[in-house]
Amino acid sequence: MQLPIDTFRLPNGLFVTLSEDHTAPLVAANLWYHVGSANEREGRTGFAHLFEHMLFQGSANVAANEHFELVQRAGGTLNGSTWLDRTNYFETVPSNQLALALWLEADRMGRLLPAMTQQKLDTQRDVVKNERRWSVDNQPYGTWWEKLPALAFPPSHPFHHSLIGSMEDLTAASLEDVAQFFATYYTPDNAVLSIAGDFDPAEARRLVEEYFAAISRGGDRPPLPPMHVPATFGEWRREVVHDTVMLPRLYLAFRSPVFGSDDYYAASVAGAILGMRRGSRLHRALVRDRQVAAEATAFTFDLPKGSDLLVVDVTARPGIEPEQLEEEVAREIDTLQAGGVTEAEIERAIALIETDFISSMQAAGERADKLSLFATYFGDPRLLNEQVARYHRVRAQDVNEFAQQRLGPDNRASLLYVPRTDDAEALDAATLATTDA
Amino acid sequence: MTVAGAPPRPAPGPTRAYRFPAFERLTLSNGLSVVVAPVAKLPIVTVVALVDGGAAGDPREYEGVAQLTARLLAEGTERSDGAQLAERFERLGTALDTGTDWDSSTAHVTVTPNRLPEALALIAEVLRTPSFAEREVDRLKQERLAELLQQQTEPRGLADDMFGRFVYAAESRYAIPDGGLVSTVGAVTRDSVLGFFHSRYAPSSTTVIVVGDVTLASAQAMVSDSFGGWAGPVVPRVAISDQPATLTRTVHVVGKADAPQSELRVGHVGVPRLHPDFFPIVVMNAILGGLFSSRINLNLREEHAYTYGAFSSFDWRRGAGPFTVGTAVRSDITDAAVKEILLEIDRMRSTEVTDAELSLATSYLDGVFPIRFESTTAIANALASLVTYGLPEDYFDRYRANIRSVTAAQVLQAARAHLHADQLQIVTVGDPAVVRAPLEALSVGPIRTYDAEGNVSV
Repeated sequence: MQLPIDTFRLPNGLFVTLSEDHTAPLVAANLWYHVGSANEREGRTGFAHLFEHMLFQGSANVAANEHFELVQRAGGTLNGSTWLDRTNYFETVPSNQLALALWLEADRMGRLLPAMTQQKLDTQRDVVKNERRWSVDNQPYGTWWEKLPALAFPPSHPFHHSLIGSMEDLTAASLEDVAQFFATYYTPDNAVLSIAGDFDPAEARRLVEEYFAAISRGGDRPPLPPMHVPATFGEWRREVVHDTVMLPRLYLAFRSPVFGSDDYYAASVAGAILGMRRGSRLHRALVRDRQVAAEATAFTFDLPKGSDLLVVDVTARPGIEPEQLEEEVAREIDTLQAGGVTEAEIERAIALIETDFISSMQAAGERADKLSLFATYFGDPRLLNEQVARYHRVRAQDVNEFAQQRLGPDNRASLLYVPRTDDAEALDAATLATTDA
Repeated sequence: MTVAGAPPRPAPGPTRAYRFPAFERLTLSNGLSVVVAPVAKLPIVTVVALVDGGAAGDPREYEGVAQLTARLLAEGTERSDGAQLAERFERLGTALDTGTDWDSSTAHVTVTPNRLPEALALIAEVLRTPSFAEREVDRLKQERLAELLQQQTEPRGLADDMFGRFVYAAESRYAIPDGGLVSTVGAVTRDSVLGFFHSRYAPSSTTVIVVGDVTLASAQAMVSDSFGGWAGPVVPRVAISDQPATLTRTVHVVGKADAPQSELRVGHVGVPRLHPDFFPIVVMNAILGGLFSSRINLNLREEHAYTYGAFSSFDWRRGAGPFTVGTAVRSDITDAAVKEILLEIDRMRSTEVTDAELSLATSYLDGVFPIRFESTTAIANALASLVTYGLPEDYFDRYRANIRSVTAAQVLQAARAHLHADQLQIVTVGDPAVVRAPLEALSVGPIRTYDAEGNVSV
């Protein structure tokens, strides 16, 4: 399966990718800005994401609440999301509404600030605080996605701090921060625009030029602090979290090769062998055979710089102690490292990954998002068409080498959730292992 | 208003035609139905085996057996144990997903076309010769019990389950979660699973839906090869009770100490899927709480910043599923949020919606229609709903015109007929120390307090 992919760049630096598919009258527009929580300054955790909310509050020619309404009135779906190293904005609309989608994106890229008010910022600040309560504070294990990066990256590293942000830092965010962040990062030369679906390429190019060409290129962006970290943790880091949960859960992370590198695909296949679907090793051993776990999965963060993380996520069955859970998981990892994997396991993993990939490419929005990803991270959206082949090149020997180098006790960071008891406070002090500062 | 130098807001181009994928239905001599929709976009095919055996048919005191039965289908056949079966599917690049809703159970796979014959044969093996090994029955029971245990500290799922219990009469199946409770799941044995399977799973109650990169003739032949030899009895439809627990508006506080947010569910018994007011209700709900720009979301999120999001929905089932307003709000304004929700429901019933509100809802539902069916899985699920509810063959072809024809008067009529402000059950999972007194002061109905397991507390 090869998708048609074209690219061009405007003089102001905006990189554009196009992928035609005329099977249904719909089209996706997708913008990646190369900015995420990694770019936040000290004391402003959560700001990249709060800023994403502000981009739905109107722009010079779009009233408050009108952005959502215009796209939905056109029969479209839309949203945005913030990640450690990027922020994306996307809509899928009937193909006769492509101009509207592009015009809306251009108005907020070029003319956001006239629409920004203190009241809008205060409202979105409170909305985001509620998002934090909903997804982190009032959700069992909800703190894992700020505790794990904090454990895996040193405090000076841009991936260390919380993406959703602290309540204090969200409170401190000001309109001046909005203006500065916008001027620094929301510029055409720091963005990729992808269009996928039912459109005429000449017409799409004309619209992109009409709407985006007049937007000025940005200035210098402050460099990120060094991203490089050693290939392994050099130790087994442990943190025990006493939380309002009923069952213990272990998140076990390994530093792994960065997304897009040759070794990444071996790591990704190792993750699938360990934790993808019911035929995976962790499911078979821990859920089915030994019945010590209720669920077991594995995934990668897909970070393209510094270090990626391969994470194993296992929840205990009732009656299983946290220490036993950790021992059982570690034994499976040790077994894989010592004994290696079989070609049959590789085939199973790659077959599942390939089907998932083809299936996901059915949606224009997903195609556009992946085009933006490869264009943003590597400057080449055509890499999308090479992904399946790169997985097919992985051999047992590659996975075994990855396991030798990265799955040992010298490269583990574990976040162990333990049901809170009345004397959890006292236990905290006794069992909380120190993490490297 | 256009800032100088900015290009003007564009008008839409001419609309391009769209048709929901054409499909063909066929009944094999053993009574099994086949639905095939060829869709040639990417090399991928989805198969859904749909069985008229949902949770609504659970026997009393064994609630949860339908879900366990469906889950157990993936855990072994007479030929392969659970681990081998998983391996056989996954070597084909797919995993068998089985599940249950109120009206049906499904087995789903998505594969590349070259693996379709093997995948269909495997699904047939699963439906015709499941082993329901004692060990796997016991393990999946334990996993369901673990889910229920987890739920005690998971406020969203807990709020959903408690809402069902407070809205429906004890004799209604809808009062108990589709997966059952600790006592009912605990009662399930291998014999009760076998009993459920033999009473509900048969060729006459099964439809095999194939959607994707495949021809009509080859798909029909493959299904016929795999399922044609399956024999079984005629399965009767189950009767569904959907009676309300009470007609008195009541506030239910389910305690979660120190919760920084309250999960709110506000609603009552709704209407069955096959109802003449379906389209006016869909449009009415979109305006009330179905869209981002709905009244409830704009009020609670964008005006008051009480929440990250607030929505309303009618849950469509063969019986009357619930109408629900759902949100999670900061604990200390729980009472204020309830007040605004009640106000919006009253406003919906009191005056006609504006032209702008009506056109937003209808043009969204009309325009987004093709976007809902980009994937083979989405198309297969839509065809499954057609079969489950017995919708007309041209339902999807007429859907957009039906939406566009809804008037403001019909929306008002639907709100008055189907929103019952005085019967709302107001359920919150939150910190009783913070939310109880203000909710009492709101004086919207008697107030009851429970612990996380649903026991009444004082």
